[in-house]
Amino acid sequence: MSTPFLYALVGTGLFALGLFALIIHAHLLRKILALNVMGSGVFMVLVALAKRTGDAPLDAVPHAMVITGIVVAVSATALALTLMLKLNAKSGHAELPDDRRE
Amino acid sequence: MNWNAWMPPLMIASSLLPGLIIFGLTEERVRLRTVLNLSGALVKLVLVGFVLWGVSQGQQYETRLALLPGLELVLRAGPLSLLFVSLSAVLWLVTTVYAIGYLEHSPHRSRFFGFFSLCVTATVGVALSGNLITFLLFYELLTLATYPLVVHRGTEAARHAGLIYLRYTITGGALLLVATVWLYTLTGTLEFTPQGFLDSLGAEHHTALIIIFTLLIAGFGVKAALVPLHGWLPQAMVAPAPVSALLHAVAVVKAGAFGIVRVVYDVFGVEFAANLGVLAPLAWLAAITIIYGSLRALFQDDLKRRLAFSTISQVSYIVLGTAIAGPVAAIGGVVHLVHQGLMKITLFFCAGNLAETLGIHKISEMNGVGRRMPWTMAAFTIGAFGMIGAPPVAGFVTKWYLGLGALQAGQEWVIIVLAGSSLLNAAYFLPILHRAWFQEPPSTWPKEFDFGRKETAWMLLLPPVITALMALAAGLLATSTFSPLEWAQFIAEHEFSRP
Amino acid sequence: MGAVFTEFPWGVILILLPVTGGMLCFLWPQIAKITGLFIVFAVALLVVGLAWQIFDNGVYRHAVGGWGAPLGVDLYADGLSLLMLAITALVGIGISVYSATYFKHEQAVLFWPLWLFLLAALNALFLSADIFNIYVTFELMGLAAVALVALAGSREALGAAMRYLLAALLGSLAYLLGVALLYHGFGTVDIALLAERAEPSPIIWAALGLMGAGLLLKTALFPLHFWLPPAHASAPTPVSALLSALVVKASFYILLRLWLEIFGPLVGGAGVEQLLGLLGAAAILWGSVQALRQTRLKLLIAYSTVAQVGYLFLAFPLVAATGVSAWSAVTYLVLSHALAKAAMFMAAGNLLCFGGHDRIADLDRVVQRLPLTAGAFALAGVSIMGLPPSGGFIGKWLLLEAALMQGRWDLVVVMILGGLLAAGYIFKVLGYAFTQADVSHESKAVPASMEWAALLLAVAAILLGFLAVPVLSLVSIGDPFGIGEVRP
Repeated sequence: MSTPFLYALVGTGLFALGLFALIIHAHLLRKILALNVMGSGVFMVLVALAKRTGDAPLDAVPHAMVITGIVVAVSATALALTLMLKLNAKSGHAELPDDRRE
Repeated sequence: MNWNAWMPPLMIASSLLPGLIIFGLTEERVRLRTVLNLSGALVKLVLVGFVLWGVSQGQQYETRLALLPGLELVLRAGPLSLLFVSLSAVLWLVTTVYAIGYLEHSPHRSRFFGFFSLCVTATVGVALSGNLITFLLFYELLTLATYPLVVHRGTEAARHAGLIYLRYTITGGALLLVATVWLYTLTGTLEFTPQGFLDSLGAEHHTALIIIFTLLIAGFGVKAALVPLHGWLPQAMVAPAPVSALLHAVAVVKAGAFGIVRVVYDVFGVEFAANLGVLAPLAWLAAITIIYGSLRALFQDDLKRRLAFSTISQVSYIVLGTAIAGPVAAIGGVVHLVHQGLMKITLFFCAGNLAETLGIHKISEMNGVGRRMPWTMAAFTIGAFGMIGAPPVAGFVTKWYLGLGALQAGQEWVIIVLAGSSLLNAAYFLPILHRAWFQEPPSTWPKEFDFGRKETAWMLLLPPVITALMALAAGLLATSTFSPLEWAQFIAEHEFSRP
Repeated sequence: MGAVFTEFPWGVILILLPVTGGMLCFLWPQIAKITGLFIVFAVALLVVGLAWQIFDNGVYRHAVGGWGAPLGVDLYADGLSLLMLAITALVGIGISVYSATYFKHEQAVLFWPLWLFLLAALNALFLSADIFNIYVTFELMGLAAVALVALAGSREALGAAMRYLLAALLGSLAYLLGVALLYHGFGTVDIALLAERAEPSPIIWAALGLMGAGLLLKTALFPLHFWLPPAHASAPTPVSALLSALVVKASFYILLRLWLEIFGPLVGGAGVEQLLGLLGAAAILWGSVQALRQTRLKLLIAYSTVAQVGYLFLAFPLVAATGVSAWSAVTYLVLSHALAKAAMFMAAGNLLCFGGHDRIADLDRVVQRLPLTAGAFALAGVSIMGLPPSGGFIGKWLLLEAALMQGRWDLVVVMILGGLLAAGYIFKVLGYAFTQADVSHESKAVPASMEWAALLLAVAAILLGFLAVPVLSLVSIGDPFGIGEVRP
């Protein structure tokens, strides 16, 4: 098993782990963290897969993508945290109201 | 595009434009609204007259507009179209006058007359449609335009009636849509053609065609109030009287019946449909509807409800005449489109007059009303005799041709249906006439309005008198040129002559 | 002069202008409204310019900064992109005119920059030629949309925005993982190159699963629609209109593009399209029934969106034999739903503003008291029900035609049932609009521009029913559906 492949596998694992946490945790901060873990997983896959077959030189495109991705993730996290704080201020707890009407 | 191509759109625009302008008018602009209404109706009448003359001179009036790749909106003023257009143009004018008088002091008239004009637009569109998709388009427009009229009063009962009306008509429309698309995928055309356009389809498609026919008849049967699809019609009686007149005589019910005529003649073709074996069941269904409607009418005390069930019965004469599949019966069916319209609108106008002048809604309240309102009841009497089929009113002509046509086509059972229906018609109309003319009037009427020396407002009185006279004339002058009967014979020759 | 039009980089300006405008609005709130309106109208003109160019030169392709793929960003527009840009501009104008009077004070200050950012993201998305760029624009769109939902500031709105954000982020991360896999497999993110290089392999399936799931989540296809009704119902009215009319369509557009170019040719016939069709059918029935059960107008409309999204997916199983009419149907449904749903939400917003509530049973004679709004709702409803004459009817006709040609009676029944249920929920509202409520409420005047914006969009949805021939020939430029161009 090559090193890049291992990294990619770990990345996928992080993605799955984050998804699991996103679903089972009610607290919004945990959900946001879970999404960040998922994001890191995806970035790791991207970085790892930049090493393509054989001895070809490293591909720079996925790295560029990861940088863009990180920027997007930071802004998304900022928005999520602000929303969570606002919701907390309005409703007194940082959890989603269970939608029983559904 | 030559000048003739402008005529069908103009006929539609003559009611569409006034309608759209009226929507924008405030409630107080009574005079402008009246002028718009009447001038629209008059312009339409002139246009129809012009086109009628043109068609009799062999002119073609056709407009086409691409709707989808390979499908066009087609408006064509053929003989059958013109019969229906003339009927609705004439009756629209009369009904407009009546409605102006009837709604003189009620609220929301701009909305009412807007949708009223839209309704007539849709009816004229249905009449002029040159293919099935155009027909479908205007047919659905008719449903949408009549809904606000049915719920016009805004009461809970009206809302409920509107809901029932929609349940029937929207479902019917959905069936039509499926049938139309299906037909299109089979044939690649939807153009109305005398003797139909399905001849080329092989026997392997016959089952599909029978189902399509059933779907189409069910879709149109809803509006034509064929039993068991008639349930909405008596419910819709909560609407104001001019709306009932429109529903029963001019627009909705007629559009359904007209659709059935179109399907049998110009989609399937009489011969093809007869060979498929779908006409005999249709004839039976019509016969059942005729008898059932009459029987139910017999037991209604509410005047408008009795008239409603009478409509259910009478409209099926048109279907019956179509389904007998013979040239003479076809004349009877097609001409009844006009005759029933004239007679039934008279009756509804009169019923509206009784309600508006004396507060009479029930037959049991009609004792001696003929002395209080002689003109109204005279018109009513003519209409009623027409329905029964007594000569010389128009209804007699219909029944004569239907009977003759049935004998010619070797379907003697139809005579029994006709006779039975006439007896029933007499049984539910004659007692009303007896009450009105020969019983003593009560000392007070349920809710009397004062109109001075006249029996009621002239705008309410004139329309029924005119339509009653027309019904009489259609019977008396049946053999003169340009009478409905002559025109129907012209159509029947068209449909039954092999090229 | 012709050269100026044909060489001008319309696409770039289409993205830059709203971004710049958004920043201006943010920096100088006092001129936000004027700037916003100006930019939206300017964008509409730019779309006209782009259309001109595409008519003259065929498909538009522009390498930003001259870099070109794989490192640079390419812009690409064919008939389908053009149509999406056009509908965005058209609905955008309606929504902007509406918002100009709807939002007051601090809300307006927040609305205009966000809306212009959203517009920029939408334009960029429709012009993107590679799947990574789509990810970025997709994320931008999502973030702007979430912030717009939160604008209402109420507890429900914040909760709904949060739920929406989580769903959106999950969806786009799944999508991004799919992008990574595709890049690894075929060494490019350019859609056209991918279409050439891709071949059936496990990577394709994994990428389809991830990207598909992510996009379906954001398109709110049943059963992944859970976030949509609360978000669309609790957002401020113009935002609800934006979300239902445009944002949902944007993620559907990506899905459609990917399916047409990359996945469809590779995995077609393996049951994926049947699954999508099945989910679509379930969405139609479930969404419609839920809509019928609602007592609040905005929730009803939101569930109606869930149902209408279902129609878009019915086309997938129908494409196999009769490509042209099923994809044409989808195009038409997307366009007419965008117009009609925006009009409908605006009408609902007017009613909300008028009576202070949106309980359907208490609409209290709005037909008389607010005729333009009632008319807008009714006309939009005609298109949603698929009754003629309307854009919705054309879409439904084409879809029915495709279904009947293939003998898919199950889908025919679903479509008809969906139409009947839609008639049920729309006339439920219209019926109560005629009657008097038990208790009459105080009412507030509704600004005329808000009524007219709703009405004009609804009229546009009706008029669309008469424009099928030009619209369908427009969308075939560049042959997005792989069935040959139909030049008029």
